[in-house]
Amino acid sequence: MGLLEIAMDLLAELREKFPKVVLEVLEKDALTIVCRREGSLELISYLKEKGFKHLIDLCGVDYQGYKSEKKPERFEVVYHLYNLDEKKLIRVKVLIPENDAWQYSVTGLWKTANWFERECYDMLGIVFKGHPDLRRLLMPEDWEGYPLRKDYPLFLTEENEWKGYKEFLASVRGAK
Amino acid sequence: MSLYVEVIKNGNGKGEPEHFTINMGPHHPSTHGVLRLVLELDGETIVKCDPRIGYLHRGVEKLAEHLNYNQTIVLSDRLDYIASAANNIAFCLAFEKLLGITPPRRARLIRTIVNEMARISSHLLWLATHALDIGAMTVFLYCFRDREWLLSIFEKVCGARLTHSYVRVGGVRLDFTQEIIDELRRFTEEFPQRILDYETLIDVNRIWLKRTRDVAVVDAETAINLGLTGPVLRGSGVPYDVRKFRPYDAYDEVEFEVPVGERGDTYDRYKVRMKELRQSNWIIKQCLDKLKEVEGEPVLAEEAPDLLLPSRVREPEPKPHPKKGFVFTGKELPVVPPGEAFASIESPKGELAVYVVSDGGPNPWRLRIRTPSFVHISAIPELAKGHMIADLVAIIGTLDVVLGDCDR
Repeated sequence: MGLLEIAMDLLAELREKFPKVVLEVLEKDALTIVCRREGSLELISYLKEKGFKHLIDLCGVDYQGYKSEKKPERFEVVYHLYNLDEKKLIRVKVLIPENDAWQYSVTGLWKTANWFERECYDMLGIVFKGHPDLRRLLMPEDWEGYPLRKDYPLFLTEENEWKGYKEFLASVRGAK
Repeated sequence: MSLYVEVIKNGNGKGEPEHFTINMGPHHPSTHGVLRLVLELDGETIVKCDPRIGYLHRGVEKLAEHLNYNQTIVLSDRLDYIASAANNIAFCLAFEKLLGITPPRRARLIRTIVNEMARISSHLLWLATHALDIGAMTVFLYCFRDREWLLSIFEKVCGARLTHSYVRVGGVRLDFTQEIIDELRRFTEEFPQRILDYETLIDVNRIWLKRTRDVAVVDAETAINLGLTGPVLRGSGVPYDVRKFRPYDAYDEVEFEVPVGERGDTYDRYKVRMKELRQSNWIIKQCLDKLKEVEGEPVLAEEAPDLLLPSRVREPEPKPHPKKGFVFTGKELPVVPPGEAFASIESPKGELAVYVVSDGGPNPWRLRIRTPSFVHISAIPELAKGHMIADLVAIIGTLDVVLGDCDR
């Protein structure tokens, strides 16, 4: 039996409740719901009420230059939710446009989303509205650019090197 | 305690208690690596705690986008370097889902054994350092003795003690020899007695009880909300174990129990891990018995891409790519079909999930790693509130964090 049939009731319910939010339902390795940003927070909180209480993962994906499939927007924020009682996994993808890269924060629903969202902001520059403490997490506070974006190089040239490192080098050279 | 104390007085001069901001780490032995905690203290009580991470950030997710699938396995070793076999398995499961490969049964059994060996060695290291942090020196020495035994078995299996890179897409690199199987059998026979030894040392030890009972209590609801997984979640009474909920490898054919705690405090989490050691030992025993049934069968799937087998002869590349060092055999067919896959395993520390997106090229388009330590560290502020500084050491220990796993 396919994943779609198993989750038939849930999908029908979602389609009925959020006709404008749900864009597509895909059957991949997990049940995937592609949805619009407006109303995505309501959809996710509805899923949480339905028993998808465990937020396994929250991450962003940059699709700039993705060749094998036409993507409507550059960014996607991907949620992996798990239902502990019914043992079901669901993936929610929210489309985020490039020029207006922000998404509603789910920190109100899960405390664990706090750091996931901070990391997503740090790495891809997606701002989370309603986040209590949106700072850089892994990179230094004064870092410029968002490393996991596709247009960010793997190696920086010397001029574009991090300011802190340049200052450090200058101080070492000055000491000699 | 030799804390580097940065004294900033936040007192308002109106007779209200002065709060001190103290910096714990990154070079502090009890933070298990390079974790820095900015603490706001009222006397010795923690009012606020702000973990700062990223000192070990190597950009594994970015690097993986510039390496091919098989090369990323080497990166996975460096995440949770205490149990690198578990990381290898998580990566390989995700790639296998993308490729649509199922490893042969013998490989699945070997992987299960290796995963449980990693769990035992990780739990032993956890017990050793946790006990040392709290003040029990003897346990540390015993645990390291037994961990050494396991590491030497690992060395016989794949030649490496810590960074194995043993598990491959579609199976494992090498088959178990009879010598390894005999050695493992000896280990599984003797190990239950060793667990008893540790327990006699600390189970009813008064100092141990005082330091762990009712420290960092989390109830089930909060634990799920905080995203805690693994033994930490099970200590709060939630029987969530990926090995039972979404079985991978050979976990659906072995029997084991999922131990849970009641109170959700540090002592319960200790008990859960000790019970898990016994379960892991039992799983290894069962798998060794089952290995006899598949004697002489291959340990790498036939349909595994050719680049994964270094011993096979490669066809000459007609059009070598000037930039990429590694070339694929002949065809221009995509090695990995475009799409996405999500795989998660029960690593010793908690749930380790890998989400991989492919565009059909030789490198992953996006490789997202959800590591248990990252989530557990994010829960420290919640758990540490209202506790003493000395308890913070117990809390870091009980969460079992590895900073390589956290920073990626």
